[in-house]
Amino acid sequence: MIWFFGIIILSLPLAWGFRLAGQAATSNAPKFRDMGFGVAYGYVFGAIVLAWLVWTYVASWLAQGTPEANQYFFFRVALHGFLIFAAAAIAFRWLGTLVGPEWSKKLFRNMPATASFGILVILIYAIVSIFAGALAPYGQEEILGNANVVPGGNPDLGGNPDFPLGTDQIGRDILSRLIYGAQNTVGIAFATTCLAFFIGGTLGFLAATLQGWLDQFISRAVDVLMAIPALIFALLLMTIATVWAPTLGIPLTVFMIVIIAVIDSTRVFRLARAVAMNIVVMDYIEAAKLRGEGLSYLIFREILPNATAPLLAEFGLRFCFVFLTIASLSFLGLGIQPPLADWGTMVKDLAQFINFAAFAPQVATAPLLAAGAIALLTVAVNFVVDWMLHKSSGLKE
Amino acid sequence: MAISNEQLLTVRGLKIEGRSDETWNQIVNGVDLDLKKGEVLGLIGESGAGKSTVGLASMGFTRDGCRISDGTVEFDGIDLVKASAAVKRGLLGKRIAYVAQSAAASFNPAHKLIDQHTEGPTQHSVMSKAESEADGMELYRKLRLPNPDEIGFRYPHQVSGGQLQRAMTAMAMACRPDLIIFDEPTTALDVTTQIEVLASIREIVEEYDTAAIYITHDLAVVAQMADKIKVLLKGDEVEEADTRTMLSNPQEEYTKSLWAVRSFQRDQKPAPAVDATPVISVQNVTAAYGVVPVLYDVSFDIHEGRTVAVVGESGSGKSTTARCITGLLPPKQGHIEFDGVAMPLDYRKRNKDQLRQAQMIYQMADTALNPRKTIGEIIGRPVEFYLGLKGAAKRKRVEELLFEIELEPNQYINRLPSELSGGQKQRIGIARALAAEPKFIICDEVTSALDQLVAEGILKLLAKLQDDLKLSYMFITHDLATVRSIADEVVVMKDGRVVEQGPKDDMFQPPHHAYTDLLLSSVPEMDPDWLTNLLNERGVDNIGDAAVGKMS
Repeated sequence: MIWFFGIIILSLPLAWGFRLAGQAATSNAPKFRDMGFGVAYGYVFGAIVLAWLVWTYVASWLAQGTPEANQYFFFRVALHGFLIFAAAAIAFRWLGTLVGPEWSKKLFRNMPATASFGILVILIYAIVSIFAGALAPYGQEEILGNANVVPGGNPDLGGNPDFPLGTDQIGRDILSRLIYGAQNTVGIAFATTCLAFFIGGTLGFLAATLQGWLDQFISRAVDVLMAIPALIFALLLMTIATVWAPTLGIPLTVFMIVIIAVIDSTRVFRLARAVAMNIVVMDYIEAAKLRGEGLSYLIFREILPNATAPLLAEFGLRFCFVFLTIASLSFLGLGIQPPLADWGTMVKDLAQFINFAAFAPQVATAPLLAAGAIALLTVAVNFVVDWMLHKSSGLKE
Repeated sequence: MAISNEQLLTVRGLKIEGRSDETWNQIVNGVDLDLKKGEVLGLIGESGAGKSTVGLASMGFTRDGCRISDGTVEFDGIDLVKASAAVKRGLLGKRIAYVAQSAAASFNPAHKLIDQHTEGPTQHSVMSKAESEADGMELYRKLRLPNPDEIGFRYPHQVSGGQLQRAMTAMAMACRPDLIIFDEPTTALDVTTQIEVLASIREIVEEYDTAAIYITHDLAVVAQMADKIKVLLKGDEVEEADTRTMLSNPQEEYTKSLWAVRSFQRDQKPAPAVDATPVISVQNVTAAYGVVPVLYDVSFDIHEGRTVAVVGESGSGKSTTARCITGLLPPKQGHIEFDGVAMPLDYRKRNKDQLRQAQMIYQMADTALNPRKTIGEIIGRPVEFYLGLKGAAKRKRVEELLFEIELEPNQYINRLPSELSGGQKQRIGIARALAAEPKFIICDEVTSALDQLVAEGILKLLAKLQDDLKLSYMFITHDLATVRSIADEVVVMKDGRVVEQGPKDDMFQPPHHAYTDLLLSSVPEMDPDWLTNLLNERGVDNIGDAAVGKMS
């Protein structure tokens, strides 16, 4: 703690000196001359953080083979992961500028590395979930011989090369379950988001176009739904659904999709209505109304094309939220039901291994794999959404 | 006006590049500019000529996505291109000030006017806050704002557009700068409001001996304000001369064509037969937005093949009348007859044929065309919707329409509206109206967002189409020069009432209704002495909104 504040205060004179040195070295080039103190401070602080990272990495090398190595384990994984992903993202972007039609080449040329990272990750997830059956070494429900094999595939530490990411407590292969989990969790989240957008988008556009009592009615109904905390509401409805599902003979998953879609559609409704409100006041909508056009033409041909950019961005964000809701519901035991593999359930099942983090980090990795898969996708989608929002807002620099 | 020989601003070989997509394109190709202390330079040219860019660059500033690639901007011996941010901070606001086109968009709506006014002087340590407040009130008084001691304590939305523009001029004056850049300060205002702002700007600039760059596309305005005029075209300087020489003896072809714009005029058509049925007859229409009444007993007729110009300042009910005719705002009383038959008041109750017969062309072509549809789709839709043409027949009709509005079909049919210039977009708006094959078209301020040369092209096109297709126009405008060139009859509106109506030739001859007279006298003329003469003739209290206030 003292170290932390010490560095923050120490950076102040350093930043001052850095700017002065920069001005002297470049004989007052505009970059240093007009540099604000905050910017200089940022450079210095960034440099210190970078130095700390390098120093810790070197220390982790030196500590290899000793018991201290354990405390550097997650640091090394994170740093390696970051470097590999950064390199992959940059390579992917470079590839994108070389291959493909002219419009996509141009898109890649102006793309930040974060966005290309996001697209790359989403692509990988999509491929994995579509071809899960072909990619997974074992079945998702298949119970193999050994339970609790440690991830890493190193026999000295309790691993097994046949199960590179280990097995869970009843002996199912974690890698296979992760791959099938992509199919289940991501697929269901995608279907739910689509449904939420269909409901929310349609009602939002209708409310904005027709206005009057219909708008009031839907908007107030949405207000009521939004007033109830989403996760608790979903839990309540799911509990009811668990009773209904067997009697009606409909899988619980269908109930879950509909429930989450309805709850999330309220947020979509608000956005769709707000966006459409700004469009319906345009003169071209008035011209179309005066022409005598019907409602469906107004909504699908005049309003929708102009609302796609913000709605698409919202789709990405909404997908993340839906995805996290499903994972949380599964974690609480009400979501995707066993034996289907699901990342939320996997985190729950293996959660107690997290206690081993300090002395046996490989063991603690087991629950973090599924959690990491969730985090990675969420970050990736957000990167892409940020980039799309930035593009559609028309900001430069 | 005291112009000393001391050089204030010297711009040499100024080149500015703008970023479009991935490349930098030159948008200003080496402009020179000289300004002495106390001198007013008028910068004119059509949109895209680089007027505003040059104006901003003379403060050493460029908008996002632009950069100064070459040249020097020397203000009082300081090169603003090379100056550090700290040096510029010390100059901008204090010695160089800027007045933007839209005061409403440039004031911060969350702060009172006087607080925004005092920010500059206190930041630059020119005056204390109390001194600056007192000085601000003094400036408000000089600019003839109503209640100068109190108006500063209002928020921007509580003040009218013309008053805001003057408050902004006062703000620019707050530090008594040596140079003010006026970027189209009156373009968004009515003629009657414009004249007040012009008179007060001119007075205060003279009083404090401030140098100014006055950017505008309105030649008559610049003739009143500037000591010398520089004409720009697509980033190049065309010519520069002092105002009187420039007006009486322009050298270049382009300048001459600018000067000749207002010469387009159509003769008034003979009066229609007494028993002829008007195409559109507005009869005793009274309308209200909710409970707020906006129109009182409005009546006029529009006959076949004729243009009725409806004039008046903003808020006079011109556009509301158009909304009543189209059925967007059903009138409370009265009715609209089409070819002698009363139409349903609400557009939803009208049949397809009734809707087809009355079309509309909008002021802002940007918002009137769906940005996600190609030109072919925009024009093709009414063709398909009303006439039932599909496929090749539809395409052929769209090509004919594009040909009629003088755009090359193959080149434009697949473009999006964003790929067209302002004038071309307005032509597409006309083509969309024509596609319905109507008898009657409402033109709502169709030329007011356009440069004069482009506007003239649109007016000529509309006149040609009227002669070819026997169209009737209702032409809503506040620009009396446009009325003079295209109208057959004129309807003058004020506060929701028809003040005066009659054939054009009668309207431009005295005697007028007092309001018509005010409107007519407020239109700037190309004579550099016009404003001076008008002020001498009428006195400062009998022009603009002050005079309107006296009338009611």
